[in-house]
Amino acid sequence: MNPQSEYVMLHPRVVRYAHWCWAFGVIILIGSGWQIYNQEPLFGFSFPHWLTIGLGSDEGAERVHNDIGLAGALLWHFAAMWLLLISLSVYVIYGIVSGHFRKHFAPIWPRQVLSDVFYFFRGRLDHRLGMRNAVQKLLYVFAVLSMIFMVWSGLVLWKPVQFEELGVPIGNYEGARYVHFFGMASIVLFAIVHIALTLLVPKVLPPMITGKARRSAVAVEAQGEAL
Amino acid sequence: MTIDARLRDGGLSKSDFANLQRRLFLKRGLSLSALTLLTGCDITNTGPVDGFLRMISRMNDGVQTALFRPNKLARSFPESMVPREFRYNAQYGPDRFPIIDPTTWRLELAGAIASKQPWTLKQLQALPQTSYVARHVCVEGWSMIGRWGGVPLRTFLEKVGADTSAKYVMFRCDDPINYSSSIDMGSALHPQTILCLTYADRPIEPKFGAPMRLKATVKLGFKQPKYVTSIEVTNQYPGGYWEDLGYNWFAGV
Repeated sequence: MNPQSEYVMLHPRVVRYAHWCWAFGVIILIGSGWQIYNQEPLFGFSFPHWLTIGLGSDEGAERVHNDIGLAGALLWHFAAMWLLLISLSVYVIYGIVSGHFRKHFAPIWPRQVLSDVFYFFRGRLDHRLGMRNAVQKLLYVFAVLSMIFMVWSGLVLWKPVQFEELGVPIGNYEGARYVHFFGMASIVLFAIVHIALTLLVPKVLPPMITGKARRSAVAVEAQGEAL
Repeated sequence: MTIDARLRDGGLSKSDFANLQRRLFLKRGLSLSALTLLTGCDITNTGPVDGFLRMISRMNDGVQTALFRPNKLARSFPESMVPREFRYNAQYGPDRFPIIDPTTWRLELAGAIASKQPWTLKQLQALPQTSYVARHVCVEGWSMIGRWGGVPLRTFLEKVGADTSAKYVMFRCDDPINYSSSIDMGSALHPQTILCLTYADRPIEPKFGAPMRLKATVKLGFKQPKYVTSIEVTNQYPGGYWEDLGYNWFAGV
């Protein structure tokens, strides 16, 4: 540790790589997932086709093969699932072993969350680099848990017979369809809030890419991890 | 001097050797992806992204083969959950399904099978039968419980002297789109993989694949072809109707 260094390490490499794997992987998974959903909608609506991810011209595929693009969507979905599965596993193991979770996410006090929400809407919630307020902690835990539920229900949908035991707590195959849908909805909701907040406080973005931030810009409590 | 020139001169260093190995590895990697492009023939898209995705799909076949538990039976359900009428699902509408005369229908055999005489429906009905109530899962996402009965494929393959160490079992169908599909030998020998002759204890209807369809609890619906008229045991990847269009080949559940 060099106390003279001008920069401090804000986001460890594992966290940054996992974050961008999710940003990329989740977009593919949701886009292709919406097309798969459209084949057999769980509820009384479908997703607009132009928002979904598949392969090639779907009109052509339908004319020739009577297929409206499910094959392409499935190829994307079952490729991107590895990106999520691997990055999430590495992140969770790292988070537990390194103490990252304990240090940054615990504890979350309900009273703190309420007062932070109150401050946020009055425009007075401070964002200091390197520190997470209670609302942020809650949102990040919510996002990570949603992804864990997506992987869980996804494995049950992929292998309802081989992973039968995994399906029991979430209502087996048909139950897993609902868990998978609402997990997706949670992640979409999170992503909207997450991106909106980043646009409101853009200074948080560069450290998420480089990992580094100027010492002077970082909260005193977070300056321990110098480069 | 290039590596190739130094190779000719016999003056190769340690790092040159590492470079060569890397080049060979890349070459092999490229031919591997070329191979996956070739096996997925008759595709509407043959771009590099499609090739990459199909390569991952091949990899997923391998993962699924490793995950497959040969003796794991699908969960059973009470008789009361079996509907009389199953859901109709085909590439052609319910006005176009084939009606096959069960008395003239024959099951042809091909490939690594010792006795290739065609089978009649009566002969199949005379073999030991099994039945189960299980969930049918469609690649589109829906699922449905039903009761299916028939001859275990394992019993049949052993009876006709098929080489059960071969890799694939291919099914061809007599329907308006010449449907076909192939499964791995491990799934073919699973106790709940049957040459299906009955649904809910009655002969299966023409609408659902009469006189014979494949039924398996360890595969998605599109891997369980209806109106089957031929079975081939082979070591050469045989593909299938949807598989050639990009559906994952193993498609196990």
